[in-house]
Amino acid sequence: MMLPRFSPPALGRLPRPNIWDAVALILIVGAMVAIAYGARQTEAPLTSLDIAPVSLDPWHLPLYALRTTLRMLAAIVCSLIFTFGYSALAAKSRRAEMVMIPMLDILQSVPILGFLTFTVVFFMNLFPGRVLGAELACVFAIFTSQAWNMTFSMYQSLRNVPKDLEEASQSFHLSGWQRFWRLDVPFAVPGLVWNTMMSMSGGWFFVVASEAITVGDTTVTLPGVGSYVALAIKQQNLPAVGYAVLAMLAVIILYDQFLFRPIVAWADKFRFEQTASGTAPESWMLDLFRRTRALRALSVPFVAVKNVVASIPWQWPWPGQRAAADAPPSRALDVVWYLVIAAGTAWAGWLIYQYLAASLTLHDVASAVGVGFVTLARVIVLIALASLIWVPIGVWIGLRPRLAERVQPLVQFLAAFPANIAFPAFVVAIVHFALNADVWLSPLMILGTQWYILFNVIAGASAFPNDLKEAASSFQLSGWRWWLKVILPGIFPYYVTGAITASGGSWNASIVAEVASWGSEQLTATGLGAYIAAATTAGDFPRVVLGITVMCIFVTLFNRLLWRPLYAFGERRLRLG
Amino acid sequence: MLDVAKTAPLIDIAKVCRSFPKGSGDDLLVLENVDLTIRSGEIVGLLGRSGSGKSTLLRIIAGLISPSSGSATCRGETIKGPPDGVAMVFQSFALFPWLTVLQNVELGLEALGVDPAERRKRALAAIDLIGLDGFESAYPKELSGGMRQRVGFARALVVHPDLLLMDEPFSALDVLTAETLRTDIIDLWIEGRLPIKSVLIVTHNIEEAVLMCDRILVFASNPGRVASEIKVDLKHPRNRLDPQFRQLVDSIYARMTQRAEPRAPSVEGIPGTGVGMVLNHVSSNLISGLIETLAGDPYHGHADLPVLAERLQLEADELFHLAEALQLLRFASLSEGDLTLTDAGKRFANLETDARKKLFAEHLVAYVPLVGLIRRVLDERPSHSAPAARFRNELEDYMSEDYADETLHTIVSWGRYAELFAYDEQTEAFSLENPH
Repeated sequence: MMLPRFSPPALGRLPRPNIWDAVALILIVGAMVAIAYGARQTEAPLTSLDIAPVSLDPWHLPLYALRTTLRMLAAIVCSLIFTFGYSALAAKSRRAEMVMIPMLDILQSVPILGFLTFTVVFFMNLFPGRVLGAELACVFAIFTSQAWNMTFSMYQSLRNVPKDLEEASQSFHLSGWQRFWRLDVPFAVPGLVWNTMMSMSGGWFFVVASEAITVGDTTVTLPGVGSYVALAIKQQNLPAVGYAVLAMLAVIILYDQFLFRPIVAWADKFRFEQTASGTAPESWMLDLFRRTRALRALSVPFVAVKNVVASIPWQWPWPGQRAAADAPPSRALDVVWYLVIAAGTAWAGWLIYQYLAASLTLHDVASAVGVGFVTLARVIVLIALASLIWVPIGVWIGLRPRLAERVQPLVQFLAAFPANIAFPAFVVAIVHFALNADVWLSPLMILGTQWYILFNVIAGASAFPNDLKEAASSFQLSGWRWWLKVILPGIFPYYVTGAITASGGSWNASIVAEVASWGSEQLTATGLGAYIAAATTAGDFPRVVLGITVMCIFVTLFNRLLWRPLYAFGERRLRLG
Repeated sequence: MLDVAKTAPLIDIAKVCRSFPKGSGDDLLVLENVDLTIRSGEIVGLLGRSGSGKSTLLRIIAGLISPSSGSATCRGETIKGPPDGVAMVFQSFALFPWLTVLQNVELGLEALGVDPAERRKRALAAIDLIGLDGFESAYPKELSGGMRQRVGFARALVVHPDLLLMDEPFSALDVLTAETLRTDIIDLWIEGRLPIKSVLIVTHNIEEAVLMCDRILVFASNPGRVASEIKVDLKHPRNRLDPQFRQLVDSIYARMTQRAEPRAPSVEGIPGTGVGMVLNHVSSNLISGLIETLAGDPYHGHADLPVLAERLQLEADELFHLAEALQLLRFASLSEGDLTLTDAGKRFANLETDARKKLFAEHLVAYVPLVGLIRRVLDERPSHSAPAARFRNELEDYMSEDYADETLHTIVSWGRYAELFAYDEQTEAFSLENPH
């Protein structure tokens, strides 16, 4: 199976951090502070929340799995709506784009589980005493893990719509609205579907993590696979963890077969290529759907609605496309706009300062940055180790097409599997052998994300051109020379794509991986993730904000200063064909 | 108002200029004082080299861009946005890959709000007319290039436009396919079966223009303007081998190679000369190849451009670039559609590779001001290296970013062949160091 390659959205456009990143960072942290502040202000007794207790009876698992899945679905719908609105606005309005795109870039690096701290309290205060608030908080957490890269992908597609199609739709008098549905959206579909799939893979991790969470004195336990595992950990019930793993396996397989395979197969027709090439993705579900009249009939009303909606001749409220070179933008309005941004940023900056300065000192900042470096070291070492292991294996598999075809879906599946469900197994071992938590908790960070490296390396090795392979063997290149001159440069762009995803995921996972428990046994590793986790449990909002901000800066700088240059280098020099 | 609509020509372009912002911030004039009138029942051709502004003029008429000054009207009304009754066929086909042939053809009608039954009927009629029967449910990627462009035509014709705009519609197709499609369109036109009144075609193919058009406007570059207008009175169907046809083609070749009075090459500051000269990329292999061909049988140092184009299977545009590169380097001279080798050119043909490179280098330094400048800067600097940006900025004083890129690309490739300097793509810097 060959998968299309899409560049990871973490690689936006600008190679180095610039002023806009700083603006975006301040605005986002400012918003978090505002929410945190509001949440504190209206704190109500939430302990009385009456939620049906989760039970460890495996027969309840299907129902829990269903609820977990529904949360996923709700989040993906929210993400899609957000994606369409946000990216359309950013792509069509130059002034909005100036702020919105750097914001998106920063949001991508915000550790999602840190976010949860405020949102849980915030949403529960919105609906005091009702499960709905907790549900919304959970959905929101999944949403934040999914929306950004989908939006980025859509935005990039919208900005790269082929010029000739743009002219054709203009010349045939399509209105702005018609053009959006007839040209912009179809063009964006393949990238969007791919990114939605990646988002989903990541989402399982967060749905599991956010179903059972404690913020200060607020404890939320939503019935679902995640809280089932949390209870199993508390009661030291290893078989129950095993059941949860099985349930999750089943859910992901069903999800993939019934939802994503069909969508990927369907989306193939939107791929922008002028010649039919390679094998099209297939789905038995979609074939079934296409063949049976009864099922097809179900889609008729949807298609009709879509056609009617897509044909409405609405114009955009602002002048259609960016009026290319035609009307030069108004300088005066630009100046006003810059002033608004500057004022907003200054205000947000002041708000952050006020909030943090009230309870934190420079010493706290230094200690957060200090533990940040510890986590950074962990991420680097783990990525290096994972690369050492998986690159040779991936190359070996990728060069054997039949094997690759069978292994690739399995790896894709492993990437989607929420590794945090399997954490207890490792924690039990660490506790049992009394191992050093600082060292042995680390691998958990990369447990779920290492598969992205393997996955991409296999894809790269499978795509390696046959003639180059033959040339290498005809010149009798072998051993180290073969690795250094032939295959490693050949798979480099793919490897970087995988490594970026893996490293981003590891940062996020550090919040749940650096602190682990088994029954009453608590294991803590020094690191930024543990710092945020501890602050969350203590309900210490200023420290959570500080921790998140520091992690955000670490991730952004790491991406910009290491991965982007590597990626650009790979694209420029080592791209084959 | 009705009277105006009746008597006013379909399209009237008067004193139209268009400029685009340049890399350096000033504006670059691409179209200067163009006048054009299109009436019912004629095929008008805009013929010119790439960069002569003919596509820009087409897009002004299509309402896709607006003129910087002058007036552009359609049936007496100023063109603001795509006018009604004008449809366009694109060089790249511009089909929507996710729509079937039928859906692509119906798209234009849908935007006009034609009701579904009528829409289907008209789309099928257009598909039938253009010879796409049986392909209605195919997706564009399943079709060959020729069939795809037929879809492009059907999509434009189905709206029954008064004016059909064609932007180099056959240039993305292979020779045989292009000829078939061209003939089909002309046949439909003379039989009066096309639901259109007039055609405006942009092309750089001289024979195509003579084959199809009633009137040809020959464009000159820098800035783009109408150099001359030629009426073609030959009867359809036209025969390429007809002596009158050949004569017309030859005379257009001559007109297009006639340079404006030679401007002193040392005067910097005039676009098109000195450092600000736009250099189209022509590989050194092609240059050597053409010199060898010219020197050998049956040309003996002198050839007619149309004959060369035929023999070498080159588009007129490519041949022009090539011939001009030879002329710039003083390996040949170009006049009245003839290419004649100079003494240096004849010498070049008889040399071995290394000696050729040396001669090429000498001419490059002597006759291409930008190369001279780069050498000077590299010699003067103690590091013997200079970033490309240093020269790009200077180029962008005279030309658009795209042309500056193309010119630099050409310089790098010629300079490498001549071993005059090295260029590191990674650091984007010129230097004198050559790996040994």
